[in-house]
Amino acid sequence: MNPSGWIQFAVYIVALVIITKPMGLYLMQVLDANGRTRLDPVLRPLERGTYRVMGVDPNKEHDWKQYTFAMLLFSLIGCLFTYAILRLQNILPLNPQGLAAVSPDCSFNTATSFTTNTNWQSYVGETTMSYFSQMVGLAFHNFVSAATGIAIAAALVRGIARHSAQTIGNFWVDLVRVTYYLLLPICLVFAVFLVSQGMIQNFKPYTKATLVEPMKVQVEKKSAQGETIKDADGKAVMEEQTVTEQNIVQGPMASQVAIKMLGTNGGGYTNANAAHPFENPTPLSNVLQMLSIFAIGSGLTYYLGRMVKNQKHGWTVWAVMLALFVGGVLLAWHSEAAGNPIHHSLGVAAADGNMEGKEVRFGIFNSALFATITTDASCGAVNSMHDSFTPLGGFVPLFNIELGEVIFGGVGAGLYGILVFVVLAVFIAGLMVGRTPEYLGKKIESYDVKMSMLALLILAIDILAFSAWAIVNKWGTGAMNNSGPHGFSEILYAYSSGTGNNGSAFAGISANTPWLNTTIGFAMLIGRFLMIVPILALAGSLVRKKVTPASAGTFPVHGGTFFILLIGTVLLIGALNFVPALALGPIVEHFLMQGGKLF
Amino acid sequence: MKDFFAETRAAILSTMVLAVVCCGVYPLVVYGLGQALFHDKANGSLIVDPNGTVRGSKLLGQNFTDPKYFHPRPSAAGNGYDAANSSGSNLGPTSQKLNDTIKDRIAAYRSENGLNENQPVPADAVTASGSGLDPHISLQNAELQTPRVAKARGLSVEKVQELIRQRTDGRDLGFLGEPGVNVLNLNLALDQVQ
Repeated sequence: MNPSGWIQFAVYIVALVIITKPMGLYLMQVLDANGRTRLDPVLRPLERGTYRVMGVDPNKEHDWKQYTFAMLLFSLIGCLFTYAILRLQNILPLNPQGLAAVSPDCSFNTATSFTTNTNWQSYVGETTMSYFSQMVGLAFHNFVSAATGIAIAAALVRGIARHSAQTIGNFWVDLVRVTYYLLLPICLVFAVFLVSQGMIQNFKPYTKATLVEPMKVQVEKKSAQGETIKDADGKAVMEEQTVTEQNIVQGPMASQVAIKMLGTNGGGYTNANAAHPFENPTPLSNVLQMLSIFAIGSGLTYYLGRMVKNQKHGWTVWAVMLALFVGGVLLAWHSEAAGNPIHHSLGVAAADGNMEGKEVRFGIFNSALFATITTDASCGAVNSMHDSFTPLGGFVPLFNIELGEVIFGGVGAGLYGILVFVVLAVFIAGLMVGRTPEYLGKKIESYDVKMSMLALLILAIDILAFSAWAIVNKWGTGAMNNSGPHGFSEILYAYSSGTGNNGSAFAGISANTPWLNTTIGFAMLIGRFLMIVPILALAGSLVRKKVTPASAGTFPVHGGTFFILLIGTVLLIGALNFVPALALGPIVEHFLMQGGKLF
Repeated sequence: MKDFFAETRAAILSTMVLAVVCCGVYPLVVYGLGQALFHDKANGSLIVDPNGTVRGSKLLGQNFTDPKYFHPRPSAAGNGYDAANSSGSNLGPTSQKLNDTIKDRIAAYRSENGLNENQPVPADAVTASGSGLDPHISLQNAELQTPRVAKARGLSVEKVQELIRQRTDGRDLGFLGEPGVNVLNLNLALDQVQ
């Protein structure tokens, strides 16, 4: 944990503080159907034209059921749209590598993955997806699933802020305004900046480079028919080949990476995601990618404060997120910097930390920081391979996901996730003092608590039930790349990431099988939509309530007491649900590693 | 029922309009600006020799095993440094396979570079990177390889050290990230020296 890391950490936090208020104020305008921005002269006509084509009246608001219905319908259509593109990839344009159609189960998994803002990738980007599939099939959802998340957060905040009302906004207006006024302009600037750092943006076929030093490799010997030749034991016969060329990936990467980060999608253009030198060329591109992951989530807490006319509440929620974030970074950083004692005993320099799966230009600190940020938010992009982290270094991303990604969180998803915890915290406080719980003047009743609990229970049940199912079946254990507790962690991480709509992985797992594609696909759908529906129901319930004026007995939702109560609620519920599973994975592996045990 | 059709129509048409704007206009504008302002970078920062042959990308590592070249980090991308198949090893901290591999790499690194049996080896020299395409090695790693390369080429150690300094990418803005030596650039520079 060197001084250089501390300086970078401090600079990151200061930058995050600086952008929070401006982002929140801008969100106030974007999420108001009549809001004004400086981009109005350019975007207003586009916005109005879009409503006309859609046949939508932007002044007509939805109640929670209409809002939910529109959101579900839009997600369904988008999912089918992407599924069709992937299945028809071979006949669609912009496919210079001549890649084949994507398999049905992988297409299902990928379409649900991008629709749910997960961006779990069971495929290898550069060998599976054509430029058209990337740019249209996948990047489409990078925009609209992010906009959908923000829309739902806005709907819930309206539910809290309004009283004695019925409607919580118009889904189509939120969708279109967030996409046009928030995501597109920032991405445009960001993408061009990324190109300036070395990120590619072209439509050329992959480039063949002549290697400076030809390389000898062992490959499986193939017969004239293209089949692998096997010896008497059934093992593939190997032969030496000389490789003289390097095939260099190309394509429209920068436009996709900008929204992948800003929209907390995280789906890499390439298999190595943000570890790939094209996809994250410099430490500067790295820090801005990390900042863009938190930008909207952080701004939304300010938006919350403004909307409910209690800015201290917004900042207290923000402070809870920051505290949990800092804790995660310190544990991950400490563990990765301490490295692996088993490897040190072989002769690896102990001062270098654990460099397996990490890039030199980022080093230990930026890898640990990125891993924490990408899982605090539901981003899931990675600049180092979490599968090769030390046990406690890998525990941090896994636990972050299992807390529900409420630490700044996915765009929108982070805010509506933490608000569920806020409702529960207020409820718990009410039980402790024996008063009817109130949140910002509204009585929290049994229906509201039920909806909140439902959202949290779905998270836990979805992750644990699927993991348990996979771990006792051949299709689950056979997919593991590592043995022992680490193999179990790969499975647990996969379903946590899917359910939490994160998308990062302990990537050694061979996830591109019909069983895993299907089960993780359903885990993602459940984790997204069965969470959102109770949350919108909560919004619908809150918006109808009357406000009672604050009295001396009102529990304040800002300040130190509430801060501690909210952190306690998040950690306690997270820990109660997942510690038994985590004990079988990263925690036991930590002790085994200290004892020098190998699998 | 009327609502149902109206909303379905809105869902289909919004999908089409947003796809045109976000997946057509937007990437093409970025393409236009990228190609106009940063032409070289938008096309992969390719290294082209005087004959017009592409030799690689400034950003992507290549494999080197000859003693006269600096050696990059081990790679798990395809058969090694496959720039259309990026990947890490994804082996965990208690993996027997990773342990054995690192053990072999340490022995090879020490014997190639004339290190004694107890000398610690830089971590980046014996571990695979996240992408399998890491263009950099650490400064310590380059320093330990310098005598070998200098000897194989009949150059002075000082000359090689000078080239290393020139091919070192420092921290961005002086404090971001970690410094590293770009192996491909360095080896090409060595080949240029007469």
